[in-house]
Amino acid sequence: MSETAGQQHPIGIYLKIWLLLFVFSAFSYAVDYFQLQGSLRWTLILIFMFLKAGLIVSIFMHVQWERLSLKYVLFLPLFAIAVLITFMAIEGDYTYFTRLFFFGR
Amino acid sequence: MTSETDKSATYTEPGVAGLVSDWAADKQTFDMPWGKIMMWIFLLSDTFIFSIFLTSYMNVRISATDPWPNASEVFALQIFGEYVPLLLIAIMTFILITSSGTMAMAVNYAYRGDIKKTVWLIVATALFGASFVGMQAFEWSKLIEEGVRPWGNPWGASQFGSAFFMITGFHGLHVTAGVIYLLWTARRVGSGYYEGKDLAIVEIAGLYWHFVDLVWVFIFAFFYLW
Repeated sequence: MSETAGQQHPIGIYLKIWLLLFVFSAFSYAVDYFQLQGSLRWTLILIFMFLKAGLIVSIFMHVQWERLSLKYVLFLPLFAIAVLITFMAIEGDYTYFTRLFFFGR
Repeated sequence: MTSETDKSATYTEPGVAGLVSDWAADKQTFDMPWGKIMMWIFLLSDTFIFSIFLTSYMNVRISATDPWPNASEVFALQIFGEYVPLLLIAIMTFILITSSGTMAMAVNYAYRGDIKKTVWLIVATALFGASFVGMQAFEWSKLIEEGVRPWGNPWGASQFGSAFFMITGFHGLHVTAGVIYLLWTARRVGSGYYEGKDLAIVEIAGLYWHFVDLVWVFIFAFFYLW
């Protein structure tokens, strides 16, 4: 192993990320607390979600310091999930309209 | 792999050229202990499981013709006679993030060789995790009392219950397993089982724990806030 000592970083970075995660969580809770609605709500939820997920994966799970060979193993398969989400969203809409059309509710 | 070639192998070349050489050269592909890459592969498969859960939740929510219950009201708690939306869920979120912070620090102290701090930080992480499961049990009992079932609920689309119990239940199962896994790791590290060995084992346990927190980020956003 080239990095026999493993992942070593100053402890301060974890405390900073911890604080940031707290702040972003508070923000996403505030979205609900102040009852923001519509596309503003969804955009904010997604922004805070991806910020938090990104910080956890890149810093806490150390992916930022890993080699490209691992990053590709982790991120390329996610494309399949994106395809699944797209298909299932289309399918869900189709089911919804079919139900409305045939059952009227 | 412990063959001769591995010891002389280098993993210094950055970027795409490094990617090619990692895969093509006569050495093991991933520059890490086997347990760590195995944990990553497991977490990738777990990502697919949770993605499928959340995608099916999306699908039934889109196709439901009855109104979807308002999570903000369903999960509100009454404090001093006032309803605070999503209070318990917010507390659970902060607890899980805190546990992720203590876990990250445990990994850091493990690599510094500070066994005592490592053990106590892992135990603290496990305690936060256990309190998370406790709150989830409280949340489940409250909802079951109010009449939420996998096949129906008093407020609207009946798919709400099945999605809720499947998704949070499977996540809670992961947290519970994680608490046991962490306590086991703490015990082994504390008893000197890994003395003189690489403490990558703590980082591997940490990867699992951070993943559980990561999944909660998505559940919180899509199930509770959306």
